[in-house]
Amino acid sequence: MSIDEYNGCAIVAMVGKDCVALATDTRFGVQRSTITTDFQRVFQMGPRLFVAMSGLVTDAYTVSARLKYRLNLYELRENRPVSPSVFVSMVSNLLYERRFGPYFSTPVIAGLDPTSGKPFIAGFDCIGDPSIGSDFITDGTAGEQLMGMCETFWRPDLNK
Amino acid sequence: MGLKHKPNVKTGTTIAGLIYKDGVVIGADTRATGGSIVQVKDCDKVHYIADNIYACGAGTAADLHQVANMISAQIRLHSLNTGRKPKVATAATMARRHLFKYQGYISAYLIFGGCDDDGSHIVCVDANGFTRVEKFTSQGSGSLAALSVLSTRFKLNLEREEAMNIVTDSIAAGILNDMGSGGIVNLCVITRDKTQYLKHHRVVSSKGVMGDY
Repeated sequence: MSIDEYNGCAIVAMVGKDCVALATDTRFGVQRSTITTDFQRVFQMGPRLFVAMSGLVTDAYTVSARLKYRLNLYELRENRPVSPSVFVSMVSNLLYERRFGPYFSTPVIAGLDPTSGKPFIAGFDCIGDPSIGSDFITDGTAGEQLMGMCETFWRPDLNK
Repeated sequence: MGLKHKPNVKTGTTIAGLIYKDGVVIGADTRATGGSIVQVKDCDKVHYIADNIYACGAGTAADLHQVANMISAQIRLHSLNTGRKPKVATAATMARRHLFKYQGYISAYLIFGGCDDDGSHIVCVDANGFTRVEKFTSQGSGSLAALSVLSTRFKLNLEREEAMNIVTDSIAAGILNDMGSGGIVNLCVITRDKTQYLKHHRVVSSKGVMGDY
């Protein structure tokens, strides 16, 4: 069994008309056993900025905690909320620092730009390659199934 | 060693470049794959290095992103330090030194293209650090398809339109015949005085539309 399937998850982020949506499953399992069914994978990083972490739960927690630490320092120094493109760079660099021994968790970002309010979504691979999405991002063990659904049903300017 | 994790996003890729009468034309496709899934349909593989130097990249996407940014930053500082317009050879050498140090584990295959005070250059840098200076070249999984078009149609001192068509057609050959390449052709035309990044220059394949090739 692959390390990404140890805990398993399903994550999707989607862009709509002046809005974004981020959805995850809530199963926390260890291989075939389910431990809880009310598990949170979404972490809030700002008033309109959320990150969902896929993959191994321990790494999901570690990465989100370390990310929040860097983000807090950024916002203290800069005295302003982080913009999505800077946040993407921050995530990318954090993951790439572990290039040859990566975190087995990949973030999916969904939020609105703090100044313009423009919808913003992004996904990564486990070493931090950023892909900024214009329509949807899917991730997790059910990522391919979700991608099939999104490809079929997504169209621009969906309302909330 | 250890448990396998899901495959890193690779830019399967077709990238190509050639030197023409007034400068260089480099181009790339826009598909990024993770295993056999297309992860990104519109990914940008033509990386900004300096105003007069761009690099197309094939290999592991994260490595290319980081290496291109790092070279770009180093070139900027170097250019400020020396007070001179950056040279393609400098960028290629910085890349070569970095990649050789990592013995190929940083999987970045780059085609640097640009115009500097020594003329127009295309320099190809391998992940192992092997560097070659060419008049035309291609890299990536679609490189053979691209190279067949380039080899057939390349001549010295091409005109701009002809050069752009040859590079576009060579990338299109990769897009149509290689599974690791797809989408749209992005071109960058660099001359001594001007750099033009033509994003989405030609849509070769798009969802639900029959192509005319």
